[in-house]
Parts: sequence; C-alpha cells; structure tokens
Amino acid sequence: MSPTFHDEQLLSPAETLALIDALAARLHASPPPRSLPWEEWVVIGIRRGGARVAERLWERLCQRLGQKIPIGFLDITFYRDDLDTIGPNPVVGATDLQMEIDDRQVILVDDVLYTGRTIRAAMNALFDYGRPESVDLLVLVDRGGRQLPIQPHHVGLVIQPAEGEFIKLLDSGEKMHVVRRRLQE
Amino acid sequence: MENRSVLIQGGRVLDPAHGRDETADLLVVDGVIQAVGRLEAPAHCTVVQADGLVLAPGLVDMHVHLREPGHEYKEDIASGCRAAAAGGVTAMAAMPNTQPVTDDPSVVGYILERAKSTGLVRVFPIGAITKGLKGEMLTEMGLLLRAGCVAFSDDGRPVTDSGVMRRALEYARMFGALLIQHAEDLSLVGNGCMHEGVVASRLGLPGIPSAAESVLVDRDLRLVALTGSRYHVAHLSSGDAMRAVAQARAQQLPVSCEVTPHHFSLTDEAVLGYDTDAKMSPPLRSQADRAALLEGLAQGIITVIATDHAPHDEENKRVEFCCAANGVIGLETLLPVSLELVRDGVMSLSDCIAAMSCNPARLLGIPHGTLGVGQAADMVLFDPEETWTVDARQLRSKSKNTCFHGRRVKGRVKQTWVAGRSVYRDGHD
Amino acid sequence: MRSAGTLWTRKHLLGMEGLSREEIGALLDTAVSLREVNRRDIKKVPTLRGKTVINLFYENSTRTRTSFELAGKRMSADVVNMSVASSSVKKGETLLDTLANLQAMNPDVVVIRHPESGVLEFLARHLDAALVNAGDGRHEHPTQALLDLLTIQDQLPLLGQSRFAGLVVAICGDVLHSRVARSNAIGLQTLGAEVRFVGPATLMPSQAAEAFGATVYHRLEEGLAGAQVVMMLRLQNERMNSSYLPSVREYAEFWGLNRARLRQAAPNAIVMHPGPINRGVEIASDVADDPERSVILEQVANGLAVRMAALYLLCGAGVRR
Ligand SMILES: [Zn+2]
Repeated sequence: MSPTFHDEQLLSPAETLALIDALAARLHASPPPRSLPWEEWVVIGIRRGGARVAERLWERLCQRLGQKIPIGFLDITFYRDDLDTIGPNPVVGATDLQMEIDDRQVILVDDVLYTGRTIRAAMNALFDYGRPESVDLLVLVDRGGRQLPIQPHHVGLVIQPAEGEFIKLLDSGEKMHVVRRRLQE
Repeated sequence: MENRSVLIQGGRVLDPAHGRDETADLLVVDGVIQAVGRLEAPAHCTVVQADGLVLAPGLVDMHVHLREPGHEYKEDIASGCRAAAAGGVTAMAAMPNTQPVTDDPSVVGYILERAKSTGLVRVFPIGAITKGLKGEMLTEMGLLLRAGCVAFSDDGRPVTDSGVMRRALEYARMFGALLIQHAEDLSLVGNGCMHEGVVASRLGLPGIPSAAESVLVDRDLRLVALTGSRYHVAHLSSGDAMRAVAQARAQQLPVSCEVTPHHFSLTDEAVLGYDTDAKMSPPLRSQADRAALLEGLAQGIITVIATDHAPHDEENKRVEFCCAANGVIGLETLLPVSLELVRDGVMSLSDCIAAMSCNPARLLGIPHGTLGVGQAADMVLFDPEETWTVDARQLRSKSKNTCFHGRRVKGRVKQTWVAGRSVYRDGHD
Repeated sequence: MRSAGTLWTRKHLLGMEGLSREEIGALLDTAVSLREVNRRDIKKVPTLRGKTVINLFYENSTRTRTSFELAGKRMSADVVNMSVASSSVKKGETLLDTLANLQAMNPDVVVIRHPESGVLEFLARHLDAALVNAGDGRHEHPTQALLDLLTIQDQLPLLGQSRFAGLVVAICGDVLHSRVARSNAIGLQTLGAEVRFVGPATLMPSQAAEAFGATVYHRLEEGLAGAQVVMMLRLQNERMNSSYLPSVREYAEFWGLNRARLRQAAPNAIVMHPGPINRGVEIASDVADDPERSVILEQVANGLAVRMAALYLLCGAGVRR
C-alpha cells in the first residue's frame, strides 16, 4: 500500500510568485560583490522544481534588466549518489545548456534546499560543461537539515519543519505553490 | 527366505487380458498366480490388505534406455530396475543404443546376465536392426533372437535408407520379429531442436516439422504393404503419422504404434524458458498433434504407452538448449501421468492399463502383462486416488531429467512384485 | 508523468518479450536524457562509478561490443571485455565453467552475446549479476530493437505520426535467422505499430503471422507498399548460396532495396539497417547513403544512448525499494 500524506499550504500560488519576484528584485538591486557585468550572467535551474523557479526568476530579472540573459536547465539524475539506495531515478528532462558557461557568473536555482546533495550533484554536473567564473546558489526555501557544507547566497524563505515533515514545491500547471507535507501511516 | 505364498485381499483386481475387473482376492504361491476370487488365507501366508487399491498386472514398458553397457554414469541396469519397480514396471524392453551397441549376441548375453544378477525386474533386450546402428548392414537377427532379443530397432536413429529398410522388414518377417522404427526424416530434422511452430519461432530455435515423422512413417507403411512384416512406430508424436497408422491398421497391415506420456500430456509450450528437460526426440508437438494422439488412444489406434525412458546426466542437460541431449526419464511417472487419460475420459482404466501391460507384452511375444492363473506373479498394487507432487530429486533413476518435475499427479504405486517377490513397497525402500 | 524509477524493476534485459509499453517508454526516455551527454565536450557522467560491467562475447561483433564498452565507460563503470574464443568452447569449457569464473569477479552487469538462442535464460538461472542480452542466436537482440525504436520515435513527426500506433513498418530480408527482426517485431507490436515481414519463403519463420502478429509478404514491392519505415536486415554470408537461397544475384534482384522499389513505400519513408551493410545485396549504396531517407547513422548514435540507459536502469534495479 502506498503511504498517504497530508499537505498544508505554506505559500499560496500568489505568495510563491511574489517571493520569486522579490528574489529577482533583490538580486537586481544588490548583485553579489565582485560581480561580472550582467551580459556575463547565466541563470541555471535544477530540474525539476528548480527549473520552474528559475524560469520565473529569469523572466523577472530580464524585465528589470531590459535585456535577455541566457537561461539553462540541468538534469542531475546521472550525478546522484543514491543509485544503490533508492534505485534509478525518474528521468524528467534532459539537461539543456545551449550557452557556454566558461568564465560566466552562474546563478544556480533550486526550489527547496535540504541536505545539499542535490546541489553537490548539480555542481559536479555543471563543471562537466565548463568552468564558470563563479556560482551563486539561489533557493526559494531553505528548510535546514544540511548533510554537506553548502550554503545558499540568496534565500526566499527560511523555515524549520517539524520532524517527519517535508517541504515541497507543487507545480500543477501554472499554479506553483509550496506545501508542508506530512506522511501518514 | 521369503514367504512362499502371498494373499492380496480385497483389492480391485484389474486384468485387461482376461476382461477381469472386480473386487477380489489373489493368491500367489511360489511366484505363480494360484487363484483369483473370494479366498481364504492358507497357513503361513503373507496377507496384503488392498482395500481401495487397484491390483493390476505389472506394467510392461517396451521402450527404455538403460544405458548399460557403456553409459553407466547416466543409468545402469540396477538403477533402471529400481526406478522401474518404483513405477510399477515389472518388465521392460531395453533399446540397443548402448556402448557397444546391442548388435551382437554377446551383448545380449551380457545384458541378460547383468539383469539377472543386479536387476529387480525383467529386462528384455531389443537388438539393433543394422550393425552399429549405422543403417547399412543388417544384424544377425536370427542369432540375436536366439540369444534373447524380443524385437529390433535402431532407436535414436531412423533406418533412413529405403532399400535397407525393405530388406530389414523382409528379413525380420521370416522370424516373425517386430521392427520398431524411430521415425524421423533426418533431412527434415536438420539442425532442429524442437517442434517447428509458433513457440520455436518465438524462441528463435530451429524447428522440426511434424512432417519429419509422417514422411518416414508414410514411406515405411508402403514398405510394410510390400513386405507384410510386423512394424511398430516408436514414440509417435504427430497427428499426421497417427492418421497414417490408423489407415494402415484399417487395411489390416501388421502395424502398431506407441505414445509416451510426455507426448500425450505436454506440448511444445513446455519448452518456453528453454527448459532442456523438455527436449527430446521426437519433440513435444503442437496442441493439435497432442489432441490427435489422445484421439488415437481413445480410438484404439495407439495401443501402447511406453516411456522412452532416456536418462541423461546434468553435464548433458545443464547446457545451451541446442547442445542439450535429447530425452527424458519416465519410468516412475508412467502410471500417474497415464492415469490422467482415465481422469480426462480419454480411455477406461482397463484400456489404459492394457496399453501398459498386455498390449506391449503381446507385441513383444513375452508371457507377461496379465494376471492369469498359472502366470508368473508380476503385479502392481496402486492407490488410484493418492495425489503427490513429482520431485526430480526423489526419483530413483540415476539421472533426474524429468519433464514432470513439480507436476501434481494422482495415483501412487504402493507395492510391486516380480514373480511373487516384492521388489518395491511404498515407504520401505 | 512517466518515471523510470518506478517503472523499471526488472533485474535483467533478456529480450523485448514481456516488456510493457511503459518499460519501453522508461528506457527510451532515459536514453533521450543520456543522448545529451554524448554531445558535450566531457562525455562522461559519474552515475556508475564503482560498478563493473563485463562484456562477454561468444561471437565477434566489434560494433556492438564497442557500443556497450563506450556506454559503460561514459557512465563511469569499469568495463572488462572478454572475448571467448570458440577454441576454449571447443576445449570443453562449458558455459557454467565460464560463469563460475565470472561470478568470482562479482560483476554488476554482464553483457552477453552468444550464437545460441536462449543462453541468457539459462544463465539467468545460475548467475547473480544483471544480464543484458547483446544478441542470442536467432532469438533476441533487445538493445538493437530499442535503438531502432528510439530512431523511429525521433522520426515520427516527419512520418506524420504522433505515436507508434498505426505506424507501418516493413522488416525485410532474412527474418528467419534474425534476432533483430524478432526483437523489433515484438517491441513494435507492444507499441501498437503494424509489422510486416518481407522476404523469401525459405527465410521466414514458421507461422510468422501467428507467432509475431506480422503480415507476411514474399514480394518486396507488395511489402513496401505504403510502409513508413523500411527496416532492411543483413543477409549473413553463410545463407548465401545455401539451400535457403540459390544465389546472391537472385536475392539482390528480388529482395534488394533500391531507389525504384523505395518509391513503393510512403513518401517520407525512412530506411534503416542494423549494419554492417552488404552494399548492393540487401540495399543499394545510393539508398543507404541518402541523408533524406537513411537513418543508419542515427541508429548508431542512438545505440550508445540506449545501452547507457540499459546499464543505468539495471544497475539500480537490484535495489529493494
Ligand atoms: Zn527413439
């Protein structure tokens, strides 16, 4: 029998979009120190939740900049370290990096930051495509619980879920929203 | 010293040769059947209670490979006889494809000697039709018969040359001897290793068409018409060959045939998964062929059930399908699998037992397969209702290549006697 | 949403027989994702680090062996090639002996090619490792079928199809001895395509229609009529001038694919061949080399991705979830 779960809304669709927009505004207003000019920036979303966040962030950022900067997507399936423990992972979409990333400033985007393993895998993947000048990590939600020495540069929301709770970005069509998920026996 | 008289009491005495099928007692004295009826136990007599059991003539299997001399690592006369006894078989005809081939009276003598000294049941050698089974020169059939052969066959191989087959039939006819043909046109067999059909196509295995058998049977039947000799088709597998035999019998030709339990109970689907224990020659055939074989049994065209007991060691079976040896063992599953014919309404219990006792005995000209008073007391007592599961590891044959492993069967041998001597008792060996 | 993780639970890839539409989908989706790896500068992912893949080839096939070898290496597995010379087979070393040796190396995946049908089913009963069938006798060659399916899938829009259902595929040549034909026929049927077998009667499996749900044609022109995919099979040298065929000349004349015959097929029909090609026998050079029609090179590229996908899914499938 598959386990059932209970979802409690953490961010409504409107709040989710507003949070991403706020992140774009913040990034635009105060870029990281020693930043390259905007033309050298690249937004890269980690499939699949991070890709949705990255698309929205990139859209807003381009609006503010009045220019298009490149966007790409990373699928980290083949970089994961859990093949032996959970078996093959769903393959959701291929990596799509049309641009050169050598010497670029990468904004790596994910939805929820937890153990840090996804980011570790994404960094390994990224460096198989080139050698960026710098990589900044932007996440919508940081829920703590890190197992690796990884910290985000830009965070939309920091929360501390209860024991047994997971934070999920749900993406039903256009309506992205964030929930706390509690598994039920 | 074994008790000289045995009374088997209250069983269903089934003796197809004499049309007897009744609840009765049977008395054996000095290895000979003394009386059948309502009997009192004489003094110092062993009494066997047989209520609910069937007492039948010991089974006669006219087609076994005992592998001795030459391939004793697969089976020998002693182990083959143990398997036979456990299967209720009290007499068997041993095919000549041994090493050396049974094509010389000295080999016949050796087999009979070994059977006498090590064997629990009766062994009747079948002599080769041609020297070395090469299909070229006839054997000394007269001398072989005198030495004890009961029929002739090159089994394992057909006699392919029509001229040689004709001469063999003519020659054997002078002695009234039976020729048993392994009917396969080898050029149609080619490199085939299973029945040609949907399953072979799916498995990508080269197939053997049913016509490989019927082509040779058709030819042989023409030669029988020409020569008038007694001819028997071994392990009939195809509907076409069955119909050809039916036609020949309708024309009063001296033709008979046998079917194995695996051919009438299984089809080529048993090969799925490349099970080498479902590989034999001729191969398991289609559902339509199987239906024709059942029809042949029901109509009395096929009068003999024989096992083609062909032991092979693991070395020859645990290999690639194409390379695996042909053949399966069958002595210990003969009775219960054949009883499925009775369960399924194909034939009566009496006809079924006849096909494994008096019918083959008559063809071979041996005085067995009946419960007639004055006959040697070769008998099998079985429980027709007991169900059990075939387990290859439990079989007494040296080789374990059964195609019935795991099959749920009904009918279990409780005791077997040869000339009044108990050679097997369920749970006592 | 299709998810390879939950759809792939098989221990072995023995054949297309028995694979569900979803399982084929999971394999193809994974292969599509992996194709991207083969296009970049660093053509390697760390997925199978520490895994051992043994290529056990009882038949010479540089192409297939190289494809599996590269697939393993691009996934970071350790790949060992073992060519079992027919001499050691003749020396009496049985398959089980070889396997005992293999077992001692504790491989995760063993890729096997063998001249006899059904060998993998036999080995699967005796070996712990996951097995991939790289061709057994005339039985199956599942990775070839999968790469063919992937190649066809890429072309579906050009063929005016959104799905495999209703697609007309003509498999032409020596169907009888072809594991490629068998695996493709089974896979295509599972996906709903219409399969035709086209070739001389002596090179057709018995009861092909019943066994494979294929329509059988003995005249190439008839078999090609309206076909959207034309899959030519290789004619093995040993079949030429045997009792199966009178001569190569006659075969080429009646069953060879040339431009005129291809006009019988659908207007955009693609031409496939598992290679290596007997040019001028089963297929004319100008057809084989026509970039508008021939997808033979795409087949080779997809072969690599499909084999990477197979290794990935099998290496993880032993995991209890
Ligand atoms: Zn035979």
